[in-house]
Amino acid sequence: MAVDPNLKSELQKQGIFVMPVEFLYNWSRKSSLWPIQFGLACCAIEMIAAAAARHDMARFGAEVFRASPRQADLMIVSGTVTKKMAPQVVRLYNQMPEPKYVIAMGACAISGGPFKDGYNVLKGVDRYIPVDIHIPGCPPRPEALLHALMTLQEKISKQHLNEVSWYDKNAPSEFPVPQYGAHDLEPPANPKVWEPPKK
Amino acid sequence: MIPPLEQVREMLSAGAAKSSLLVEREEAVAVAQFLKTDPQLQLDFCSCVTAVDYIKQDCIEVVYHLYSVALKHGPVALKVRAPRALEQCRMPSLTPVWRGCEYQEREAFDLYGVKFDGHPDLRRILMWDEFVDHPMRKDYVPPMDYEWEPTPHAETLARAKQTGGTVPASALEAKK
Ligand code: SF4
Repeated sequence: MAVDPNLKSELQKQGIFVMPVEFLYNWSRKSSLWPIQFGLACCAIEMIAAAAARHDMARFGAEVFRASPRQADLMIVSGTVTKKMAPQVVRLYNQMPEPKYVIAMGACAISGGPFKDGYNVLKGVDRYIPVDIHIPGCPPRPEALLHALMTLQEKISKQHLNEVSWYDKNAPSEFPVPQYGAHDLEPPANPKVWEPPKK
Repeated sequence: MIPPLEQVREMLSAGAAKSSLLVEREEAVAVAQFLKTDPQLQLDFCSCVTAVDYIKQDCIEVVYHLYSVALKHGPVALKVRAPRALEQCRMPSLTPVWRGCEYQEREAFDLYGVKFDGHPDLRRILMWDEFVDHPMRKDYVPPMDYEWEPTPHAETLARAKQTGGTVPASALEAKK
């Protein structure tokens, strides 16, 4: 920041606040993250608990769960993504306007979790869409979700307007929706966002 | 041939609960009707339909768990067997007898490949329509799409060694 801190504080005393546009932009985005309202399994119950009275996600400005992807900034993938559900998850993600973020909540959403050897379980939602924050746990406590939210806010406040992907014409904003195949989803993963773990 | 139903009644009412009946496919509907309507049995509620894959005996067995709400007894397990081969794996649907069997017979069809003749709406219920396998059959091979962890189970251990703790490259290719 180019402003001299002393000058800044002097100006502040006069009621003049000096800050980069970027700060204001990021601050307003991170302070009102609207998650899309959908839950996939048991983790969703913890997400609901995080939003309800005791844990009160409203303290972080993320209490307005939207029933439409068009109004949401944040997708909390809370629960087991079955292969039958995966195309719908990707489609919802595609329908969200930029800038958008994804939190993969729980062992299931990040890797398949306890159902990893299941024939109908997607082994991690990051096979199809880019994930910003992974929360381990089965299920993660509401505190863990709040921590993830704070981590995401930190990440947002560090973004630079001239680098963010949604102003980049070449960055993908739509991700291919997998098709139902005869034995598995086709393709089984999106190579642009995911590659098999190295040994 | 319909089995001596009088005998069935005696047997079931003697030790009404925890009994099981293995019937031929052709007789299943007649027996089911009898079990439901007989005044001493009145097995009017089918609580569960499931299936078992007896791969060694080469048959798939569909099991119906029956209770009587009116007389408060049960369960009686009604079992029907069909050959494993997909074309011959069919049996009469008992949905016309117990309406509640509809979804559960669809599940048995989806996961075990049993075709129920006379079922009002026999479609897959859990897997997608384009899916061709029947995953609960013991010879089903799931797609190799993740890194297997070595566990004490011989089969899993073999797969873990085969994949070497990584996801095979084929996991990324579209299979036709
Ligand atoms: S991670 Fe655990 S709690 Fe969360 S959806 Fe999976 S099984 Fe349920």
